[in-house]
Amino acid sequence: MTVPKDMAEKWLWMLVPWRGRRNPRNKNPGQEEERRVKASDRDYNEKFPYADNRIRTSKYNIFTFLPINLFEQFQRVANAYFLFLLILQLIPQISSLSWFTTIVPLVLVLTITAVKDATDDYFRHKSDQQVNSRQSQVLINGKLQNEKWMNVRVGDIIKLENNQFVAADLLLLSSSEPYGLCYVETAELDGETNLKVRQALTVTSELGMDMSKLADFDGEVVCEPPNNKLDRFVGTLYWKDSRYPLDNEKLLLRGCVLRNTEWCFGMVIFAGPQTKLMQNCGRTAFKRTSIERLMNTLVLWIFGFLLCMGIILAIGNSIWEEKVGKNFRDYLVWEDVLSNSVFSGFLTFWSYIIILNTVVPISLYVSVEVIRLGHSYFINWDRKMYYGQRDMPAEARTTTLNEELGQVEYIFSDKTGTLTQNIMVFNKCSINGKTYGDVYDEFGHKVEISEKTPCVDFSFNPLRDKKFHFYDHSLVEAIKLGDPMVEEFFRLLALCHTVMSEEKNEGELVYQAQSPDEGALVTAARNFGFVFRARTPETITLYEMGKHVTYQLLAILDFNNVRKRMSVIVRNPVGQIKLYSKGADTILFDRLDPTNDDLMYTTSEHLNEFAGEGLRTLALAYKDLDEEYFADWMKRLHIASTTLENREELLASLYEEIEQDMMLLGATAIEDKLQEGVAETIACLTLSSIKIWVLTGDKLETAMNIGYSCNMLRDDMNEVFIITGHTVLEVQQQLRRAKEQILGSGRETANCSKDAEKTEQYRNDSVFEETITSEYALIINGHSLAHALEADLECLLLDTACLCKTVVCCRVTPLQKAQVVELVKKYKRAVTLAIGDGANDVSMIKTAHIGVGISGQEGMQAVLASDYSFAQFRYLQRLLLVHGRWSYYRMCRFLCYFFYKNFAFTLVHFWFGFFCGFSAQTVYDQWFITLFNIVYTSLPVLAMGLFDQDVNEQNSLRQPKLYEPGQLNLLFNKRQFFMCTLQGIYTSCVLFFIPYGAFSNTVRDDGSHIADQQSFAVTIATSLIIVVSVQIGLDTNYWTAVNHFYIWGSLTVYFSILFAMHSDGIFRIFPSHFPFIGTARNSLTQTSVWLVILLTAVICVMPVVAIRFLRTDLYPTLSDKVRHMQQASRKQRPQEQNLKRVRRTSSRRSAYAFSHQEGYGELITSGKNMKAARLFPAPPTGRIPGSSSWIESLLKKRTEMASGAAVGPLNGSAERSKSENTPVQQQHID
Amino acid sequence: MASGYSAKEEDGHHSGALGPAGGAAVRSRKPDNTAFKQQRLPAWQPILTAGTVLPAFFIIGLLFIPIGIGLYVTSNNIRELQIDYTGTESSSPCFACSQNYSWNMTTPCVCSVSFSLDQPFESNVFMYYGLSNFYQNHRRYVKSRDDSQLNGNLNSLKEPSKECEPYRTNDGKPIAPCGAIANSLFNDTLALYYNDPNGTETQIQLVKRGIAWWTDKHVKFRNPVGDDSNLTAIFQGTAKPVNWQKPVYELDSDPENNGFINEDLIVWMRTAALPTFRKLYRIIEKNSSTSPTLPRGNYTLKITYNYPVRSFEGRKRMILSTISWMGGKNPFLGIAYITVGSICFFLGVVLLIIHHKYGSRSSSADLTH
Repeated sequence: MTVPKDMAEKWLWMLVPWRGRRNPRNKNPGQEEERRVKASDRDYNEKFPYADNRIRTSKYNIFTFLPINLFEQFQRVANAYFLFLLILQLIPQISSLSWFTTIVPLVLVLTITAVKDATDDYFRHKSDQQVNSRQSQVLINGKLQNEKWMNVRVGDIIKLENNQFVAADLLLLSSSEPYGLCYVETAELDGETNLKVRQALTVTSELGMDMSKLADFDGEVVCEPPNNKLDRFVGTLYWKDSRYPLDNEKLLLRGCVLRNTEWCFGMVIFAGPQTKLMQNCGRTAFKRTSIERLMNTLVLWIFGFLLCMGIILAIGNSIWEEKVGKNFRDYLVWEDVLSNSVFSGFLTFWSYIIILNTVVPISLYVSVEVIRLGHSYFINWDRKMYYGQRDMPAEARTTTLNEELGQVEYIFSDKTGTLTQNIMVFNKCSINGKTYGDVYDEFGHKVEISEKTPCVDFSFNPLRDKKFHFYDHSLVEAIKLGDPMVEEFFRLLALCHTVMSEEKNEGELVYQAQSPDEGALVTAARNFGFVFRARTPETITLYEMGKHVTYQLLAILDFNNVRKRMSVIVRNPVGQIKLYSKGADTILFDRLDPTNDDLMYTTSEHLNEFAGEGLRTLALAYKDLDEEYFADWMKRLHIASTTLENREELLASLYEEIEQDMMLLGATAIEDKLQEGVAETIACLTLSSIKIWVLTGDKLETAMNIGYSCNMLRDDMNEVFIITGHTVLEVQQQLRRAKEQILGSGRETANCSKDAEKTEQYRNDSVFEETITSEYALIINGHSLAHALEADLECLLLDTACLCKTVVCCRVTPLQKAQVVELVKKYKRAVTLAIGDGANDVSMIKTAHIGVGISGQEGMQAVLASDYSFAQFRYLQRLLLVHGRWSYYRMCRFLCYFFYKNFAFTLVHFWFGFFCGFSAQTVYDQWFITLFNIVYTSLPVLAMGLFDQDVNEQNSLRQPKLYEPGQLNLLFNKRQFFMCTLQGIYTSCVLFFIPYGAFSNTVRDDGSHIADQQSFAVTIATSLIIVVSVQIGLDTNYWTAVNHFYIWGSLTVYFSILFAMHSDGIFRIFPSHFPFIGTARNSLTQTSVWLVILLTAVICVMPVVAIRFLRTDLYPTLSDKVRHMQQASRKQRPQEQNLKRVRRTSSRRSAYAFSHQEGYGELITSGKNMKAARLFPAPPTGRIPGSSSWIESLLKKRTEMASGAAVGPLNGSAERSKSENTPVQQQHID
Repeated sequence: MASGYSAKEEDGHHSGALGPAGGAAVRSRKPDNTAFKQQRLPAWQPILTAGTVLPAFFIIGLLFIPIGIGLYVTSNNIRELQIDYTGTESSSPCFACSQNYSWNMTTPCVCSVSFSLDQPFESNVFMYYGLSNFYQNHRRYVKSRDDSQLNGNLNSLKEPSKECEPYRTNDGKPIAPCGAIANSLFNDTLALYYNDPNGTETQIQLVKRGIAWWTDKHVKFRNPVGDDSNLTAIFQGTAKPVNWQKPVYELDSDPENNGFINEDLIVWMRTAALPTFRKLYRIIEKNSSTSPTLPRGNYTLKITYNYPVRSFEGRKRMILSTISWMGGKNPFLGIAYITVGSICFFLGVVLLIIHHKYGSRSSSADLTH
């Protein structure tokens, strides 16, 4: 909790070795060096201390709960401190308070925490229970028996069925698929939803499902000890006197799901806590907010202050005892232990530590937790962050970071799946010099496409994809008219690709595309009547305008990064050989036949137009090949592809040769659909001074494209610096040049200093950064970033990047993402937020102060690592500007008030010390001290901390500048703390000295006394309660019924308890505990007492009101202004105003935007990804029987998902473009 | 919170992937549309504007100044007379008595102080004794008592609380009442004489009942009840406090004012908040409606001087005072009210001027809409 707590933990770690038990990794430290497991031989395996398959994430059981939980709680400094006080209070010479004043709050705090811990643990128990009692089939004595997961032992052979979770880390022995293949989904482990292939050893795959053979299998595996490396496994199988090497490809890890495999058998290697999954879910680093760090510092300061007060009063006591107390001994003898005045001072020091302990608020931490929990629930409950299409509400997965959401300065965003939907839509095209895709009204004006725009009716086409929308009718008419160029255009789209098709039922075509772009193009062709229906390694079957046509596939000239184009060579039914090519316009235009120049010119114009709208463009061309030339070329290709040396170059030159003199057909434009509201969100967040950096694994062009379409990059920017250096020197030069250009040469900044005070440095920075009026953008690619992140360049990178409005890093690895975040965290002392949806974002999400996971389609990994999760990027705006801002605001107000309240309450004792001989006599009734913090004043401030809003949500969103105080740390900092403690000290002063002046001589209206200690206590306590209630009333800006209830309720409760405790009845029962009998009655019926209370309250509150009024009147903050406006316009209901979406105009040319990888084409022609046994040419009609099952069920799953998300199945099934860590599945088969 | 591995999460993904298919059966996770959950609770949103703050200041000012004047006038109308009879100065009539320090003087030292009243005291007059520099609020002093014992608990009578140490037992017998407070009971006896102009000295009747709080007298302090109604028998086996001359059951002859319910004891046991305090000693009741309670003239205060304060530089006073609706003489409150009222009013004016001159009335002008 506080800094010393960490120390305490380390310290305890050394003392209490059994603590390590909770961490499975430490179970056998250094003991297991290699693992030996014998199949189906429990006796043998039990010789080793291998963990069984029971997992335990719970911390306690019924018997250990109390001791362990209490032990944990007392590790918190605050709790330990109060325990220490409790012990002090048991010493009669020191005890200035009864034991219950400390123990009641302490017990309350401990109970609340314990209940929370117990509830958490209960749910962990339940989930453990659920996991542990899952059924699995274990082969015991040659028979399959159902066993619970927790009873599975290392060495057991278990049978898995399709769609089952893998129970433990298994060595795959055999499966239902040929060659011992089996498919698993590893979403739980790495977040990738594509299927991975695992293959058993040939010797074991021959065991099949023959129980007797399997039961006889007695191989012994010797392998590495348990570790957390998901992608590595080294072991050896010893069986029948042979050795077989084992690697990761033969292992099924716990947490995976078996897919598309009817059954498989595996032998348990690691079980329970020793599985790689469990080894990987260590506790995530505990994140702490900056407010909490500040709070801890302040608590330490308060400790210091407490000690100072104690010392002052102790010295006072020594002096008093020396000068006065010595002579007063006739009436007040010294106790036996008291030998001299110095010792008396020493004892008094401790006594004062006890009575002044309330300056360190015991309930602070609990209250903070409660408030944060409440804020988290508000996030979970927010309907405006609920995504209906996937039934996904926002979720605050941690409850400790809420207020930090109001202080974010840097957002690091992933691109694919976060900013974009990763859905590609065929949007426009240009065919033979004519554009299609725009809709015009009768006057020839362009119509903005909206929901209402009528779609083109594709019902003529039985095989259409119903989710495909196109608005321009002229293209269909052209098709229907049989325009040969248009036909050729779509024929090309239907032929030139590497998509796999799947037809489960007649007409239900599903495409499995490697990149979403390809999928979009093929789907477009499909709807326009050129349906790609099936393919074999040698043929492609189309359903062309109602006819089945089978093309012979002669060659695929596949895509790669250098070629930036792909071509297919086919022989059509007529016998003509044709080359169809699609690729980046710049590349393709160079290889056109010169007769195309005019067309090229118009198409080029169209491409500019498309690119200007942020669309991804492709140019299409074809070429007729003559038979002889092709035969010759084919021969040379064959020779080239069998050579061993320079094969790549030879092939490339052959491809180059044939892809010449092509005829231009046109161009396509695909929209990389941004998620809803991304541009508006980014615009709004930018307005609130949040800097957004995009870190993507995508290519430069794609990233820039998205940058333009979400308005982060604009044409009116002064300069967009692109850093693409390959060496350190180049990168350094490029960065320098960029920096100099921004600053003008000669100016040097020293942003990169770690030690500068944050606020000061920030001011300098922001003043400086504001002087740069022009806008710049920095784009840096992964290679350069690797160099730029080196120690000597990182400062330069950071300086330059921070001078730019927009920073885009492309082609970055997950590690680099984290490094960039770390860099900003290290030098800028700013709160960072990382948002992403994929496994590659996990590192960055964990590194940033706040990690946000988009619960997209890319598995749960990002979400599991995140602190907050929701379904759409645009909710980020609401999370930060509404919830974050409110949380921060509330927390700050809460802390200010809390410290104020405790100072006002406690320091009265300090002043009283000077009038009671520094004897540590309390001013108040002990019961009042006990109940003040936990009963009388806790709920109003809690209600404020939970419900207060200075500005309503509409205005929070409409005035993004309102977010800035949080970034600048204005609402609660050391200065604010100082101010509120000062206010507390002032209040305590007034609270003491006004009654002091009024009471020194006064008597009751019947002549009896009222200047006695008890009346004095009641008067001050009542004044205090009234003053702090008025103060919370002033602090509460949003008086809901709950606030009213709590504030008035607290006052009522105070008076009820006061009169109850001072009543005759309770005194008769416990005469020694309630000595205040009758005081309330006798003092609070006096007018003069109420006059004193009124006076005290007015004097306490008046200056505060005056200062606050002056501040809002003379120097209103934006929040004050908005609040005024809000009040003024409360009668007229605020209308929803949305930032108008700005359509960018850009002359930028988008490039060939395929994000797929090389190597797919070869797979198709070799047929390796289709099951060899079932590979036969598809009949032109009818369904394809026994189609390859992995695609089938992958697609099945995808369609199910997609049907909920209302996206095309193609798009849904799209292979993600995050290629850097998503190995293409087929590579496993190779 | 550390996010550990749990089945919920493992299953979460599973059901997430298949969820929409069986969506109809699964309850939607859409949050409820309640004002509470959506943070739309109707609320009163007060803000500090010139329209509310300035009138508040003026009202407080205008309210406080008359109250203050009223208090001040009332306080000034109260007659009060204080006579310091500590006797530290050699000229003082009680100098001799104050020099002979002893708790247990066999022959009481009596001194008399003469004074004259220039104006008569009209209504009931209250006689107080005042002590200065006497730390009745010292922690060790305050806790040195046993409320159970004083409430008549027989067990506590025999076995007083440890808090009473070192005045808990004497010669093995429990002290009743125990503790430092009771031990240091104020034991001067004050008597007031009116010196008629014709030379006769009339003793003024001092009422000693009704000086303690009703709750103290009737609830908090009870005499122990035994088989015998005789107090002496009940207190058998207890010792008197060390400094006392008489045991507790001989404090007064009146059985209703004797033992623990002796009002002088009760008043003393209600410890003062501050080291300078006054405690009600006697009441001089108004006898006839025509003549003043204490007419103008010369008086003599006769003190049986028992209570030593010289050692700690304490002072002893006798105070005669009348009472108003707001209690005794207390100019502080009146002055404080007048001051605060004036400041509020003045502040109101200043704020008004500042607001008028510099205030940002068109504050929302620069907001973007």
